[in-house]
Amino acid sequence: MEKPVIIGVGYTRIGEHWEKSLRDLAVEAALMALDNAGVNRVDAIYVSNMMSGALQDQEHLGSLIATYLGLKGTPACKVEAACASGGMAIHQAFLAVSSGYYDTVLIVGVEKMTDKLTSEVTFALAMAEDREYVVSTGATFVGLNALLYRLYLTKFNVGQKSIAKFPVIAHENALNAPHAQLKRKISVEDVLSSPIIADPIRLLECAPIGDGAAALVISSPEVAKESPKDTYIEIAGSAAATDIMSLHERLDLLTLFASVKAAQKAYKMAKVKPSDVDVLEVHDAFSILAPIALEDLGFAKKGEGWKMIENMDVSLSGKLPTNTMGGLKARGHPVGATGIYQAVDAILQLKGEAGKNQVDNPTLALLQSTGGVGGTVVVNILKRG
Amino acid sequence: MKPLREVGIAGYGVYIPMYRIKAEEIAKIWKRGGKLPIQEKSVVGLDEDSATMAVEAALNALKRAQIDPSSIGAIRLGTESKPYAVKPTATIVAEAIGTSPKVAAADLEFACKAGTEAMESCIALVASGMVQYALAIGVDTAQGRPRDELEYTAGCGAAAYIFSLKSSSTLAYIEGSVSYATDTPDFWRRPGEMYPQHAHRFTGAPAYFHHIISAAKMLMNELGLKPSDFKYAVFHQPNLKFPLLVGLKLGFKKEQIAPGIVVNVVGNTYAASSLMGLAAVLDKATPEDRILLVSYGSGAGSDAFSIIVQDTIEEKRNLAPLVLDYINRRKYIDYSIYIYFRGKINM
Amino acid sequence: MSVPRYWRERKIKYRLIGGKCKTCNRSFYPPRKVCPYCSSREVEEILLPRKGKILSYTIINVPPKGFEKYSPYVIAIVELENGARVLAQLTDIDENEVKVGLDVEAVFRKYSEQSPVGIIEYGIKFRPVLKHGA
Repeated sequence: MEKPVIIGVGYTRIGEHWEKSLRDLAVEAALMALDNAGVNRVDAIYVSNMMSGALQDQEHLGSLIATYLGLKGTPACKVEAACASGGMAIHQAFLAVSSGYYDTVLIVGVEKMTDKLTSEVTFALAMAEDREYVVSTGATFVGLNALLYRLYLTKFNVGQKSIAKFPVIAHENALNAPHAQLKRKISVEDVLSSPIIADPIRLLECAPIGDGAAALVISSPEVAKESPKDTYIEIAGSAAATDIMSLHERLDLLTLFASVKAAQKAYKMAKVKPSDVDVLEVHDAFSILAPIALEDLGFAKKGEGWKMIENMDVSLSGKLPTNTMGGLKARGHPVGATGIYQAVDAILQLKGEAGKNQVDNPTLALLQSTGGVGGTVVVNILKRG
Repeated sequence: MKPLREVGIAGYGVYIPMYRIKAEEIAKIWKRGGKLPIQEKSVVGLDEDSATMAVEAALNALKRAQIDPSSIGAIRLGTESKPYAVKPTATIVAEAIGTSPKVAAADLEFACKAGTEAMESCIALVASGMVQYALAIGVDTAQGRPRDELEYTAGCGAAAYIFSLKSSSTLAYIEGSVSYATDTPDFWRRPGEMYPQHAHRFTGAPAYFHHIISAAKMLMNELGLKPSDFKYAVFHQPNLKFPLLVGLKLGFKKEQIAPGIVVNVVGNTYAASSLMGLAAVLDKATPEDRILLVSYGSGAGSDAFSIIVQDTIEEKRNLAPLVLDYINRRKYIDYSIYIYFRGKINM
Repeated sequence: MSVPRYWRERKIKYRLIGGKCKTCNRSFYPPRKVCPYCSSREVEEILLPRKGKILSYTIINVPPKGFEKYSPYVIAIVELENGARVLAQLTDIDENEVKVGLDVEAVFRKYSEQSPVGIIEYGIKFRPVLKHGA
């Protein structure tokens, strides 16, 4: 199989864009990606987004964005897999292009979270979980991750401060990421003394609410050769998996089975193993998800992921630089766009455009995009060609 | 009133919420001196209402009755604090305990005697052969107006009784009953109002005392009984003083009246009040004890029953929590939490 | 406002009715046509046990829309006596009394109101087991 290639990248800064609407953000990122790719038409458009219905009373984003890009006629649709929508859009594009049916595809992830109040956004985010039997109890998405956090700390006898180090590293990285939402240094003490959102999760362990859009143009290798570039970014592996949607029903509460399954399949497709990964993007919506991801993706044994954070293996100068532009915590997490921002940040590294955060000569990046509490995980592996 | 066939109590159960506020805490806020009408009263938590309390009391009654909930043919629920002004609470209970859909369910209102009204209905439905088992519930989350006398006593609770024809499975049976009612407006609430009105001293002699004494005397005359024939006398208990006084006036002794008094530590649970007193007595009564139960409901009326305990009480009593188990489960709250819980703060 | 959506789940939510897979013997809540563990369609509805233990819990300080007046409150994963796990609120309990491993029992309580003039949503919560004579 000839693997699809990413030929264009576009993205907005992540923040509270009071003056920009959902379509404004999507168009900004998409036009940047199309220009970067040197194309002005595509064979299909996938828009990844989770909450446009709940927050903007707007669906049918495919047609809307195609219209506003002046690309009427182009087949388009929304891709939704909760917080894994972005990763899933990359996967859809991979399937579309590698099947040979489409040659060039535009994917744009967009989320506009500041249009409603925090309590309304909190309620909308809980759509990633079972509304009738979980959310109806007053459980919030943070709360469900807190249940997981408590289980992890208890089972593996770990101090919260080891895991609280992850957001500290994230903020450090974001200081040099122009598009990041949060640019301030924080300490472990800051994290552990910030307000408790759902015990034991502290405010500074949660990804912020923000607006943003990120886009990629993905094409077949033949089309890519038509507009020559110095580096090609190949999607070497792309796989998705689900798990039993609700955490409490799973047999092993501390393994996100969907991560394990998607990663194994992606590694096999790309013909690589964990030790080949140079830069990593994990879905750190809450700090606890980072150590668990390191374990489930094969970088650490179960219950030992926290050690890689404790001893800074995941920092820019460590053996596995992770979330090099700040990840969900500091770069930001406009939910439906996040999976594509992960690709953007990895591509900046692979192309040597990461500025002060540049890691030395990376060639392989792994992106983990998670929906719900691991109800869906998409793993994409990018390779510098 | 004696039905053509004898009716017994197959099971009984109560529920009292966990929270308590002391009368002295309320008195402190309003700077009230003098003797307080009770010691403390129960307060519903934020997630409780008449439906939730009724369900737990009913489930406790089912535990003692040891019957399949689907064999209950009727539910009569008496309350003056319905979660919905229009929509029956009895159907919520029916679904929650597994009795619906083949059930005759309805809510009744007669102020504090709605619970015993429910009992009268259930006795008739069972004795007539229309249903095999009938569930009577008295439940309230009465609101006390701040600074008013009744704020000290308006408490929350539920009591449930399952009736069937008298048999060796019933734990007590009804010897007879009398209902006495007049149009006496001593305490009322107009629609849309949060708090009731009451006519202060008028609620004593012409209301509470007249109706209880009349109903009790009528019953004892009809059955040819006198106070000394009863082991226990349980009365509606709006405060500590009234039930003792009315009992003494009727010729009962303090030892007969005291065991049925729970108001001092629970408050006046309105439609559940006398039913809960009866449950407290059943929790300790011995077979062949005769119990007088007389309720009082403003507006006004009294239902009087003579109840005789059967052997089965000994084995059934411990199948569900006792009144004392709920009394002993308590957590004190202060006035600010109390008014927040009771929705008195305009947010 | 969504009356039908709440109404159709009421029996399951009011009485804690679950499903049991006749093939792999696992129980789960709510019931469904296909076992989530072994994909068998041999699933029957059962009344779940009313007692269990807390597996994990959290205290919700930032509530979602509709739950503001109740916060902070505790939600927990409760493992029932037959192994089935439920996600529910805890009630009648202080934050500092909650512990992993605590014995709890099911009670029927109010969860929320669809609006100040809308219908009331009830369901099962768990409280520390009431001490009683029996």
